[in-house]
Amino acid sequence: MDHPLTPTDADQQLPALEVRALSMEFNVSHGRGHHAVRAVNGLSFVAAHGQVTALLGPNGAGKTTTLECAQGLLKPTGGTVRLLGEDPWNAGPLLRSRAGVMLQDGGLPQSARPGEFLRHVSSMYRQPADMSGLMDRLGIHSFARTPLRRLSGGQRQRVALAAALAGNPEIVFLDEPSAGLDPQSRTVVFELIAQLREQGTAVVLTTHLLDDAQRLADHVVIVARGTVRASGTVAELIAGDDGGRPGALRIGLTAGQRRAWESAPPVSSGRSTSESEEPPTGVSSFGRSIGLNVTLEDDRVTVTGDIRPEVLAHITSWLADTGELPTSMTLQPRTLEDVFLAIAGREIR
Amino acid sequence: MPRRVASQTKYEALTMLRNGEQLLLLVILPVIALVALTKMDLLDTVLLPGTTRIDYAVPGVLALSVISNAFSGQGIQTGFDRRYGVLRQLATTPLGRSGLVAGKLGAILLVLGFQCLLIGVVAMVLGWHPSLPGVLAALAVLVLGAVAFTGLGMLAAGTLRAEATLAVVNLLWVLLAVAGGTLAPAAALPEWVAPVVALLPSAALGDALRAVLVPGASAGLAGPLLILAVWAVAAWAATARWFRWS
Repeated sequence: MDHPLTPTDADQQLPALEVRALSMEFNVSHGRGHHAVRAVNGLSFVAAHGQVTALLGPNGAGKTTTLECAQGLLKPTGGTVRLLGEDPWNAGPLLRSRAGVMLQDGGLPQSARPGEFLRHVSSMYRQPADMSGLMDRLGIHSFARTPLRRLSGGQRQRVALAAALAGNPEIVFLDEPSAGLDPQSRTVVFELIAQLREQGTAVVLTTHLLDDAQRLADHVVIVARGTVRASGTVAELIAGDDGGRPGALRIGLTAGQRRAWESAPPVSSGRSTSESEEPPTGVSSFGRSIGLNVTLEDDRVTVTGDIRPEVLAHITSWLADTGELPTSMTLQPRTLEDVFLAIAGREIR
Repeated sequence: MPRRVASQTKYEALTMLRNGEQLLLLVILPVIALVALTKMDLLDTVLLPGTTRIDYAVPGVLALSVISNAFSGQGIQTGFDRRYGVLRQLATTPLGRSGLVAGKLGAILLVLGFQCLLIGVVAMVLGWHPSLPGVLAALAVLVLGAVAFTGLGMLAAGTLRAEATLAVVNLLWVLLAVAGGTLAPAAALPEWVAPVVALLPSAALGDALRAVLVPGASAGLAGPLLILAVWAVAAWAATARWFRWS
């Protein structure tokens, strides 16, 4: 098989991975027959060369299933996947040599030793990476001769990462790359991912850690219940449709204000479903129609949700009516966590 | 492709031969069986005039070696590889799914060659005098047997949990060795069970090897070969249909 091993210019124009309207159903058998479970339901996203794309979502959102369809390990029941312009399910050796995979469960034989297993994986590629250098970089040499079953989760994770990079891939899939890593290994792995991006490699990773996504990702795809709920850069997601309103309003109340708030709060939580539904007597209905979330803990009030200018005006006017200044008052910038919880939070709790 | 399959063959074969329990199953138990069948009178009821115990012991032990290797050994190894995601990991490399299966079959044949050599040498020390045509025919039968039992081993590994595979293939190894027509012909079993046992792949493999290796053997070769071929096709068809990679 003599194929050119360098990608053509046309290849570089295409996204490294294009997932369109992907669906994946599994037949789950139980006591009295089968029923279909839909793990992925019309999911679409694109991953570009030289970028880190993070699939972010709660456990069971369909992230791993999506990756397995993209890696050619599962045949989708609907939609299309183009990996480097080709169908991964029918991938030949050449396409597989251009994509590296790190599985969530490791994919490592327990009785093997890291050194020999990685050399074996390298032998599958015509132009393998410098495995010794990679092992050095990831600190694998110190346990290269210890059977994999005796290694810690973080050590195994590093071996799995080296296996994914054995063939100098143009696109690399990392399923939960920082799971089980100690802080030092995490830094090493993150540096390696940043370096891959600089080399033009497309990195597609899954995580449920917002911190990882915020630190690593150029492009974040928030997945919940098998579909994409939001996507964009971290900055875009934080800015949202409203240009980046604050994530939270925190107010420290005086003792008097606290008593007043407890007896008749000026704002209330929740989203009213019908106009006729009246709040309890004395409680303002302000906030209900826009779905604010209000908590009072000791003398601190926290308001999250869609904090519009009128929300601030309403609350400050109430504070003014008490005749006292609050002890403190801050508007906190929105974080990726606020965005994530606003999108996925209601469904996971 | 051939280079990657060769690399996988070497890796799988070394993994099997380095594992203590596998080595017990692959060579130590068959050699013990060979010595026991030669030194004890277990086979005396089936001996034809002009044959000796070793003439019957060698084909039976070779059949047992195939079961140890292709069915039990690779079945267990593949079952645990599946559990730990190794099958999926290797399937994403240029080796691919078909290359992985080809590598496993290659490893089984390589290990089988090693088993045959060892058993042949021990048998000759014990007084075995094989004929060249018999040995060549036996090699062809052994390859067919290995293909059939690899299919059955893959079927267990790809459909059961790893621990269940371990239990099932080890239990079947004992049953097939003792009462499956492997070490002694099915004909030596009670009349009511013999015709059923003769249809098992273990009996078909043992009978076919006895037909080509025992001097002056009267039993037919075509019947056992046909049974073995049917098992091979059925096992691989079922494996292709039901094997799960994760």
